[in-house]
Amino acid sequence: MIRFDRVYKRYPNGREALSSVSFDIAAGEMVFLTGRSGAGKSSVLRLITLLERPTRGLVNVLGHDTQRVGVSKVPAFRRQVGMVFQDHRLLGERSVFDNVALPLVVAHTPLRETDKRVRAALDQVGLLDRIQALPGELSVGEQQRIGIARAIAPRPALIVADEPTGNLDPQLSREILGLFCRLRDAGSTLVIASHDMALVNESGARQIHLDGGRVIP
Amino acid sequence: MIGWLSRHLQALVFALGRLARAPVATLFTAVVIAIALALPAGFLLLTHSVRDVAGNATTVDLTVYFKREVPLESVQQLAAHLRQRNGIESVAVITADDALALMRKDSSLAEALGALPDNPLPHALSIHPAADASSSTSLGALRQYLTAWPEVELVQLDSDWVRRLDAILLLMQRITLGIGTLLGIGVLAVIGNTIRLEINGRRQEIEITQLVGGSAAFVRRPFLYTGALYGLLGSLLAAGIVQTAGALVAGPVNQLARSYGSQFALQPLGVQGLGLMLGVGGVLGLAGAWLAAARHISRLQPRA
Ligand SMILES: Nc1ncnc2c1ncn2[C@@H]1O[C@H](COP(=O)(O)OP(=O)(O)OP(=O)(O)O)[C@@H](O)[C@H]1O
Ligand SMILES: [Mg+2]
Repeated sequence: MIRFDRVYKRYPNGREALSSVSFDIAAGEMVFLTGRSGAGKSSVLRLITLLERPTRGLVNVLGHDTQRVGVSKVPAFRRQVGMVFQDHRLLGERSVFDNVALPLVVAHTPLRETDKRVRAALDQVGLLDRIQALPGELSVGEQQRIGIARAIAPRPALIVADEPTGNLDPQLSREILGLFCRLRDAGSTLVIASHDMALVNESGARQIHLDGGRVIP
Repeated sequence: MIGWLSRHLQALVFALGRLARAPVATLFTAVVIAIALALPAGFLLLTHSVRDVAGNATTVDLTVYFKREVPLESVQQLAAHLRQRNGIESVAVITADDALALMRKDSSLAEALGALPDNPLPHALSIHPAADASSSTSLGALRQYLTAWPEVELVQLDSDWVRRLDAILLLMQRITLGIGTLLGIGVLAVIGNTIRLEINGRRQEIEITQLVGGSAAFVRRPFLYTGALYGLLGSLLAAGIVQTAGALVAGPVNQLARSYGSQFALQPLGVQGLGLMLGVGGVLGLAGAWLAAARHISRLQPRA
């Protein structure tokens, strides 16, 4: 499903965020990316979602050699991946419904189907009753869960999440972890960056531990 | 097909909503566009009105003088033959006697003419060409044709001022084209800039849409509709301006023209004119928005 082979990422300012990173993630696996702040977790996710391109090395996602995915093919590629962002990335002027519906709308999903999936996703994160609210009317943790609902609403085969429980209390974090486990059991592949070690350990899932841009075995 | 339609309908409704939410700003932009469109449109209308007059009232009569020995019957035969020809509206036979009578009536030569033993004047034809055959080239051709007849002595035609009018019309067309091009570029720039500002204002939304896999076309579409709507709104206003200005000056202009014995009248815009203006406005709006979108949306690269 995902394969990194001796991947290097150097940002334009000369900062080498990743050095010779290699790993494989199988379909249906849930994997945590762990490591200190600045270790390169987000950089790995950005390479998976084509927000960045590797400086060197091979990144293969969903059977695509990402180097071969041209600019015009990137949107279609991203529609196959559900993304949860560290800073939520919600549209402040649009309702929760509109926010969660966005990836379905850009994929031209029929209205009735969109409505059904948005409700299902909100139900899964426990916020169905806030469907009409604006993001600004929600707590940070609730916003985070809306971001998760948006990522899972189109039922993508691959879900990539950057600190999805960063703003949640332990109780909610565990609920979200439970949701992720259910998604995995339903066949999704998940890559989750987190430094919530308690949660990661509790999950029992495989970890890819990064330090200074390298994978620590 | 239904999906395609609903996508476009969605973008249209969205663009309309955007414009309606900022009515004052929308109106200002539309007024700027309207003024830029009204000027060449007004000029075009004027050119058309002038050309119309040139087509109707300015057809020049040709006078064909026959050789003196040509008998009236031949003249009448030739007249009948001419009436069958394309591009000729009417042919009047002026016999030598008629001509002499006419001359006697209003000419100061009356006395001298009276002293002559017999009528020195030839028979003649007065030819009135059809409106669609009165350009200086077709008049010239007709003249050549008539001159070639052996019975004809002389063909008289005052085409100088037709040629002059043609030149003026050409000049007016060129000026219209020049103004139109310049102001068209202006409209393009105004709409492009408005759309650029709009894109900047909705940067976050564009980025997030790109992040969740919105294609370039999807992101661009509402802006294209906004641009086209600006163009349409502007040209609608422009049509109003042209119509109002036309109504204001029509009275005096027509009066002036009548006092010169001309049938000149300013024409109203008409359905065709309105359609043309809406078309031009819409296309300019679309093009301006397209340019802005192509330039500024691709520069927004989503980050996470
Ligand atoms: N756009 C960028 N330009 C330059 N340097 C960057 C950029 N993004 C990240 N970096 C650098 O690359 C390194 C890895 O960053 P990254 O965001 O991948 O870390 P992280 O593991 O996600 O950290 P955190 O847990 O704080 O989110 C950091 O040293 C960071 O300063
Ligand atoms: Mg990070």
